[in-house]
Amino acid sequence: MSLAVAPAPMSTLGDAIVWLNDPLNWEGPTGVPHLTYEHLYISGAAVLIAAVVALPLALALGHLGRGGGFTVVVSNVSRAIPTLALLTIFAATSIGFGNRATIIALAVFAIPPLLTNAYVGVREVDRDVVEAARGMGLSGRSVLLRVELPLAVPLIAAGFRTAAVQVVATATLAALVGGGGLGRIITDGFGQQDRPQILAGGILVALLALATEGTLALVQHSVTPGRRRRSLLRGRRAMRTAADPA
Amino acid sequence: MSAAGEAANPWFSWEYVQDNRGDLEQALVDHVLLTVETVLIAMLIAFPLAILAYRYRWLAGPVLGATGVLYTIPSLALFAFIAPLDAFGLTRRTVLFGLVIYALLVLVRNTLAGLQGVPPDVREAAAGMGYGRARMLWKVELPVALPSIMAGVRVATVSTVALVTVGVVVGYGGMGGLILRGFQNNFYRAEIMTASVLTVALGLTFDVLLAGATRAMTPWARGRS
Repeated sequence: MSLAVAPAPMSTLGDAIVWLNDPLNWEGPTGVPHLTYEHLYISGAAVLIAAVVALPLALALGHLGRGGGFTVVVSNVSRAIPTLALLTIFAATSIGFGNRATIIALAVFAIPPLLTNAYVGVREVDRDVVEAARGMGLSGRSVLLRVELPLAVPLIAAGFRTAAVQVVATATLAALVGGGGLGRIITDGFGQQDRPQILAGGILVALLALATEGTLALVQHSVTPGRRRRSLLRGRRAMRTAADPA
Repeated sequence: MSAAGEAANPWFSWEYVQDNRGDLEQALVDHVLLTVETVLIAMLIAFPLAILAYRYRWLAGPVLGATGVLYTIPSLALFAFIAPLDAFGLTRRTVLFGLVIYALLVLVRNTLAGLQGVPPDVREAAAGMGYGRARMLWKVELPVALPSIMAGVRVATVSTVALVTVGVVVGYGGMGGLILRGFQNNFYRAEIMTASVLTVALGLTFDVLLAGATRAMTPWARGRS
């Protein structure tokens, strides 16, 4: 896998594998297991906060059919903001650098994909179905909770996947401004001009990102009803707002 | 002193801008050059690749699959793969190479989607008028796909402006260099904020310019959307 990504000279790659096999690098607060845990904890907390903010807003806007332009503007402007800038700005506030500032900065970046996908998910629900539900006497609230929300679940899951993958990728950068997570291995490696460590860190970070993507793709697949799965993989793919590289 | 020190670290400071005009200009020029070079190189590679994947349908799956996987890899990890190579190291080339890969992916995807979106009857009409393959591509398919291609160029450019900052790990991050210098310099807020705002402004400026270029290039699409 790593070979396919980067045809590193055998010596560096070999040394990176030696680094990965060194038990010392798997122990203590700077060991791989603890940094992985820290990385996942930061990412999970950020996505959770973003979901709490974005999902109710998106559901309400989608239900009322308002704010389509707003969601587009949010996702366009957020693309122009460098993650590193926001991480640094939060680290320099009175929150102080460290994991809390990181979590808040990452949550900001997780909001646009969650917001856009959930909004589109609700808007995309067949109007005839909504009309039928209203005709059956369901209140606006019931229509949202019992009809629109369940039907929007596949796209909400898609947004969740995009947001989570982006956050796991972005969390790597926190190490540049004093945060934790697997990015530390890379930035410390650059700091010490230690090529094997740089490469080993790159491999670990890439594996974590790919594992997150793979796991959440399975989750998305499992909450998408059979008939929509194919269209999800093909045409609908375009509906899912693509992640930005982080 | 601590209260005064607190007050002396504002987020916005015109004094900072005046005192550091040289550094800011240098970082801005570096940032613009890295962005423009990245997008131009990526276009040179992406367009032929997308046209190939369009011609030979079996190529489309692998090309898009590979782009999806590469896109998932965080930029810091990508630089960590490139920098240890002897030919790259801590150079500007490392940043350029990594950024080109990301820009490439957006461009290939959008160009291919644009070409595949050309309505079959348009193609048939052109074929009926005696257009050969090459002429059809230049005169019909690419112009019809242009809005989608330009949308890709815009996304690629704006994300590149943001990503350049990460190049700071190998010492070539444009505005990213100032952002990190501000952080390491005892949380120099004015430096962090000024460099951040300039980066965002640069990205949005590129976006507006490219939107204007798209309008100029597709006169037939005006007034429709």
